[in-house]
Amino acid sequence: MAKIELRGVVKRFGENTVCDGIDLDVSEGEMVCLIGSSGAGKSTLLRCINLLEPIEDGAIFLDGQDISVPGLDPQAVRARIGMVFQSFNLFPHKSALENALLAPRRVRGQSRADILPEVEALFARFGLADRMHNYPDQLSGGQQQRVAIVRALAMRPEVMLFDEITSALDPQLVGEVLDVLLTLKSEGITMVMATHEMGFAREAADKVCFLKDGRIIEEGPAAKLFDHPQHAETQAFLARALK
Amino acid sequence: MPHQQTAGPTRRQIFEARQRRKSLVIASASTITVVVALIVLVPLAPGWSKVQQSFFNGAVLAKSFPKLLDAFMINVMIFAWSAPAIAVLGLLIALARDAKSPALFPLRIFGAAFTDIFRGVPVILTVYLIGFGIPGLGLPRPWNSPYIWGSLALVLTYSAYVAEIFRSGIDSVHKSQRAAALSLGLSERQVMQDVVLPQAVRNVVPAQMNMLIALQKDVSLLSFIGPVEIFRQAGVFKSLMANFTPYVGAAIIFLIVTIPATRYADYLMARQMRERS
Ligand SMILES: Nc1ncnc2c1ncn2[C@@H]1O[C@H](COP(=O)(O)OP(=O)(O)OP(=O)(O)O)[C@@H](O)[C@H]1O
Ligand SMILES: [Mg+2]
Repeated sequence: MAKIELRGVVKRFGENTVCDGIDLDVSEGEMVCLIGSSGAGKSTLLRCINLLEPIEDGAIFLDGQDISVPGLDPQAVRARIGMVFQSFNLFPHKSALENALLAPRRVRGQSRADILPEVEALFARFGLADRMHNYPDQLSGGQQQRVAIVRALAMRPEVMLFDEITSALDPQLVGEVLDVLLTLKSEGITMVMATHEMGFAREAADKVCFLKDGRIIEEGPAAKLFDHPQHAETQAFLARALK
Repeated sequence: MPHQQTAGPTRRQIFEARQRRKSLVIASASTITVVVALIVLVPLAPGWSKVQQSFFNGAVLAKSFPKLLDAFMINVMIFAWSAPAIAVLGLLIALARDAKSPALFPLRIFGAAFTDIFRGVPVILTVYLIGFGIPGLGLPRPWNSPYIWGSLALVLTYSAYVAEIFRSGIDSVHKSQRAAALSLGLSERQVMQDVVLPQAVRNVVPAQMNMLIALQKDVSLLSFIGPVEIFRQAGVFKSLMANFTPYVGAAIIFLIVTIPATRYADYLMARQMRERS
């Protein structure tokens, strides 16, 4: 049984079908990259997995449990799945540390003292020990994004979703954030990420899925998909993306 | 040639300092001209001595001013208990209007009706209707006090406006903040309380400052239903001394409070504009 299983997931915004019957398995500890041009539905798919968007049809399983049944309380599911966004979305009125402490305290009801050592250790691990008490607007983009990752990790998620988390960064800051992802991969956390970083996807992903118009056109091991794409549309996309 | 750190100011700094001095001189000169013109020309008007006698009478001002200040304390008092009540009620109405769950639908209707009604009626009318109407039910003392019902009228009217400002603040917090908070597992209520509201409230502080200033002035409307606050006290002096100077005195007292407050609100507003850009 895979950690996450998507079966025929359909998502529409009005007349616009954004996910058009998506099937996807993500195994425990696997890193899956979603690639595809703008508007293909990558972000929407991630938001569906995290129950930020209700789906019209199909089902999503987490550890074999259907989490897409209508009426299910989404909070418990979201607490198990971390998500990091392109635009960081840190809470600007809280320091980096308070950003990370909020959910463990509120959702898991832990006391500040209980979790502080663990969260401080996370900041230290990602080179943010001396930035913990800064507010988001006092941090560089790369630092903000690492704080956002720490904030999600503080909930000890079983799965992490990343939505183009390096797209809003200056090129020289991309590396420090991708390094964090490599660390997480080495720790065996299950990850699904939408990305335009083809080099990184090729190097780090266990599996790559190419999306177009809300469908997975082709999926496979990174090396295979990048070197020997089967579909004309994948070939065309890669030709453009790798240019 | 390497850049050398010189001890004195740079050419640019000297230039800018000279520019600043020049604009200062021009501004002062034109201001002085206007003020002198007013001082010289206004007294030349045929009715000036009469106006001066009845509006700017130093003796009357000196005599009425201390009593006016005392009366102003009543304004301050009414303001001091109304303002927190307005903040709380305004926030509750704002939250009621944005309530999502169907069980709270009546609350939404109530919130909408409340803001429509109290924004739609002139303050003075609300003060009259509530201030005379409710004690008219024949309530025993102290429950027939115009202080209570007049204040309530202000609280209801101002809450309606303050609620709308809070709502605009809630709307001003970007959707992505909600998404980020929800994705961490927070409940709708926690998202509102811990993430959206703190930002919303901060965003509307300058606008709410302006409501406070307006409230401080509108407290005087209660004079129509009884309390002898500063406006009413000035009226008493006017009748007593057959002179309008006490009204000028009252205006001066208001300005002493409202001008700094207005400046401060503008400063907050300007700072917020800078931060946003
Ligand atoms: N909340 C929404 N309401 C209506 N339409 C939406 C909404 N969110 C996304 N869409 C539409 O869904 C389609 C897919 O958007 P999505 O953001 O998932 O694409 P994407 O693959 O992430 O693209 P990008 O690479 O630009 O991030 C787009 O046509 C978009 O306009
Ligand atoms: Mg996207």
